[in-house]
Amino acid sequence: MTENVSLGMPQLPAPAYPDDVRARLEEDARAIIDRYPGSRSALLPMLHLVQSEEGHVTRTGMQFCADLLGLTTAEVTAVATFYTMYRRKPSGDYQVGVCTNTLCAVMGGDAIFEELQEHLGVGNNGTTDDGKITLEHIECNAACDYAPVVMVNWEFFDNQTPESAKKMVDDLREGRTVEPTRGAPLCTFKETARILAGFPDERPGAVEATGGAGPASLVGLRLAKGETPQTRIVHPRGEAAGQEGA
Amino acid sequence: MTLAAEINSSSPEKLLSPVLSAFWDQPDSWTLETYERHEGYQGLRRALAMSPDDLIAYVKDSGLRGRGGAGFPTGMKWQFIPQGDGKPHYLVVNADESEPGTCKDIPLLFANPHSLIEGMIIACYAIRSEHAFIYLRGEVVPVLRRLHEAVREAYAAGYLGRNILGSGLNLELTVHAGAGAYICGEETALLDSLEGRRGQPRLRPPFPAVAGLYACPTVVNNVESIASVPAILNRGKEWFTSMGSEKSPGFTLYSLSGHVVSPGQYEAPLGITLRQLLDMSGGMRPGHRLKFWTPGGSSTPMFTDEHLDVPLDYEGVGAAGSMLGTKALQCFDETTCVVRAVTRWTEFYAHESCGKCTPCREGTYWLVQLLRDIEAGRGEMADLDKLNDIADNINGKSFCALGDGAASPIFSSLKYFREEYEQHITGKGCPFDPAKSTAWADNHKEVTA
Repeated sequence: MTENVSLGMPQLPAPAYPDDVRARLEEDARAIIDRYPGSRSALLPMLHLVQSEEGHVTRTGMQFCADLLGLTTAEVTAVATFYTMYRRKPSGDYQVGVCTNTLCAVMGGDAIFEELQEHLGVGNNGTTDDGKITLEHIECNAACDYAPVVMVNWEFFDNQTPESAKKMVDDLREGRTVEPTRGAPLCTFKETARILAGFPDERPGAVEATGGAGPASLVGLRLAKGETPQTRIVHPRGEAAGQEGA
Repeated sequence: MTLAAEINSSSPEKLLSPVLSAFWDQPDSWTLETYERHEGYQGLRRALAMSPDDLIAYVKDSGLRGRGGAGFPTGMKWQFIPQGDGKPHYLVVNADESEPGTCKDIPLLFANPHSLIEGMIIACYAIRSEHAFIYLRGEVVPVLRRLHEAVREAYAAGYLGRNILGSGLNLELTVHAGAGAYICGEETALLDSLEGRRGQPRLRPPFPAVAGLYACPTVVNNVESIASVPAILNRGKEWFTSMGSEKSPGFTLYSLSGHVVSPGQYEAPLGITLRQLLDMSGGMRPGHRLKFWTPGGSSTPMFTDEHLDVPLDYEGVGAAGSMLGTKALQCFDETTCVVRAVTRWTEFYAHESCGKCTPCREGTYWLVQLLRDIEAGRGEMADLDKLNDIADNINGKSFCALGDGAASPIFSSLKYFREEYEQHITGKGCPFDPAKSTAWADNHKEVTA
């Protein structure tokens, strides 16, 4: 038999979602479509929605989007493959992204990414055998004043070191609660994808978690208010920086 | 940095001017209650008392210029929207902050989302729009959460929805999360993305003011630009123009990052210098000196320690050969290899090029090949001119500014650090130790692993 050999032939239509899943997703999708004057605008949030169901964008998910929006699957695939947040194969519960754009890389992001690859035994975009962690390097995530930065399910882990990052992935694999420096206690990738589809996080305390602004966001304000002694020229970075509160 | 002498003449209380960041240190700074306690939604009341045309003229008179990079006058953008054309008008806020080094809108939205919402209501009243969008990059879920909550609060309080504050103004506000693509920070790519397409820039004209979202007149503004509007209305344009310079009035967020003692957000009148910011905040990390820095993200030509006294406003930075951009001051000290830094930025541009225009798509690919070879010690002297040549063939030859941005670090690093490139070639490798550049390099000296 040749079932394992890809001949590049056209594939059969994607299997549909089971009826109950489809009915549930369709209700959510209608709510998304209602937000926009033009229905096609719902496509990006709907791709987040199908990721919240299956953890990645499947052919079934793309067919679902195409059906509801009156698009061809080619049009949907073109969009789904353009954006980096859509995962195209089964991946972990926690998407761990190490910023390796220039500033974070220089400040230690390269070292963190290297040590995490070794520690987890996976390469870029690899998933650990237990299905918990997918590791990738990411581009600038708008937190350069907290470099080096690691994102997990798109929550901020600021001022990281190789040690803090390794401990964090160990905790995730052991099932311990992991809290970011800015953001809410981690939920799974699928739950995060639902928030991205535009459905607010209903967990109590999620919005207020980690308080107002992070510490680096406040340095200018504190100086302006005369709250920072000017003689202080050595900023405590490193060990304590990862645990600083608001 | 020399500290004692400078500090007396530059006290931070005098040099800084927190407006948007004024109450970020309050507990629950992001809530409607905190915002209203700090004169929130007062600017909106003043705006609604004016006619839309007067409001546009007022914002134009204030001289507010776009804070997203290009510096285009905000009021003029609003004025370009045709009126009485029978088409719906849209306001789209560009919250796709992704330019390397740029980190102002994300902390602003995390700590004070209502300033944006209030600014959006004012802008929509001015341009006669009944539906506004916030296009937030997807990779910042903590900010998305707070925007969802702030919009919910604003609807509940009657600031959004129908007949806002009894003015007859109706406004729907939709928060839209992107899905990971730097190019969507370019305004026409953002509009394509918001329409559910691949984020690829459009050819202009027509400009978005004529044919933007759904081919209707659309204003696309940066987060910080719109969030600055309520304070202008509340405190007056005279107050605003009393800060900064004639052509670059007002306050703005400067984001200091890299090898500095106190990285973070510094809100100051336009025209402050990097030297003043470093002097007040402790300077470069102890024992090190500034080597190169960007005034406004990686797409703005880099500066060196010769440029410490350049006034950081639109004209000052322009006259010194760069651009104010997003005021993302990424500072690198002498431990940093400039070839490594530029190679990584170029890899970024190659990765994020949408592929629509050949010069950018192919040019960034070839720049990466050459730079990787040079960084690894496999380069030739002729490669340096080739880099310049390829960058020249990208610059200004594509639909959008991504290609220009990719060329900036190449041109500027070759201008200031050509010897360092040559060192990589003659020495057949990189003379720098990346371990010395890390944030923890000097903390663990006694426990060398």
